[in-house]
Amino acid sequence: MTEVPMMPQAQSPAATGQPSDLGDILERVLDRGVVIAGDIRVSLLDIELLTVKLRLVVCSVETAAQMGIDWWRHDPWLTSAGLADRPAGAVAGGNRRELESG
Amino acid sequence: MSAADGLWLHALMRDPDPALLSGLTGVGGREVRAIPVAGLTAIVCPVDLGEFGEEPLRGNLENIGWVEAVARTHHQVAVELSRFGPVIPARLATIYLSDQSVVGLLTRCRTDLAAALERIGGRIEWGVKAYTASAPRQPRPAPAPGGNGAGTGTGADYLRRKRAALSARSDAAVAAADCAEKLHTKLAAVAQDARRHPPQSRRLNPRAASMVLNGSYLVDRGQGDRFAETVAELADGYGALDVELTGPWLPYSFATVPLPETLPETADG
Repeated sequence: MTEVPMMPQAQSPAATGQPSDLGDILERVLDRGVVIAGDIRVSLLDIELLTVKLRLVVCSVETAAQMGIDWWRHDPWLTSAGLADRPAGAVAGGNRRELESG
Repeated sequence: MSAADGLWLHALMRDPDPALLSGLTGVGGREVRAIPVAGLTAIVCPVDLGEFGEEPLRGNLENIGWVEAVARTHHQVAVELSRFGPVIPARLATIYLSDQSVVGLLTRCRTDLAAALERIGGRIEWGVKAYTASAPRQPRPAPAPGGNGAGTGTGADYLRRKRAALSARSDAAVAAADCAEKLHTKLAAVAQDARRHPPQSRRLNPRAASMVLNGSYLVDRGQGDRFAETVAELADGYGALDVELTGPWLPYSFATVPLPETLPETADG
């Protein structure tokens, strides 16, 4: 019990450095860990709506698309970030909850 | 704690010596403190509701820079706490308005939380990601001259080359997915528990498009080196994959606790 977990480090030449490291941390703190309701409402249900963008960041675009979630195609926050190669599709909103099912 | 403060929940653990927490700074920039209830302790940090209240939080969560800073601190505090015993990290942005609320949580959920602490005690999580191997592609042979005279075959040749390239890529992807399945099965067999997660996004991982495995493995603390060796050995055997090991992590992926009774009574605002 005296061994301290290190800060995570990718242990292969394929290490992609800081962005990947942040991705690893974000996907853990946003999608894992114990889920309990706080007093601030945004902390459970709302947060999971609001951070859909962030959750998409840690979930793949492909997975989201398979789930029928493609409103992000119109979202400047995401589309300006390198997803502009996505075809501009129709459909918006409505299905965000589905992402929470995983 | 002033009226303008909330309590950011960092983690849950068995009662640590309060002296050990001294000097540990949480997400709000202030010292964390312990709220113990009968053998379980919530580690919280006072936060300014001007930044962490519902409305400001709503905006801040849309700001990736803010989220990054908070996420890194939240993670680091849990890592520090893990020096004193098993830790259940809370999901980001779990905020309470009073000590009483936290006491209520510990009281209501103690059985499940205690069981989770038991499950993850003495164990760590490793992350294993695998990508379709980025082997150098064979150069395509120059297309044979078309029989119909110069120029007319160009479009067809182009399409043929394109199709061949796509097919080679798709074969590689299928082989990689198959290997990833086997790799996960073998790793799960030597781990205490295992989870597969969706691949990461391109925004945070440039190689995400070729990610075929994003797995988490719960391993006894003393077996970490052995697990890493196993990963390396298996990776050698799968030429179709590039394998990456990360960790050790706190057992984020295994700290889930079924707590339906803690959902807010009214789900819609």
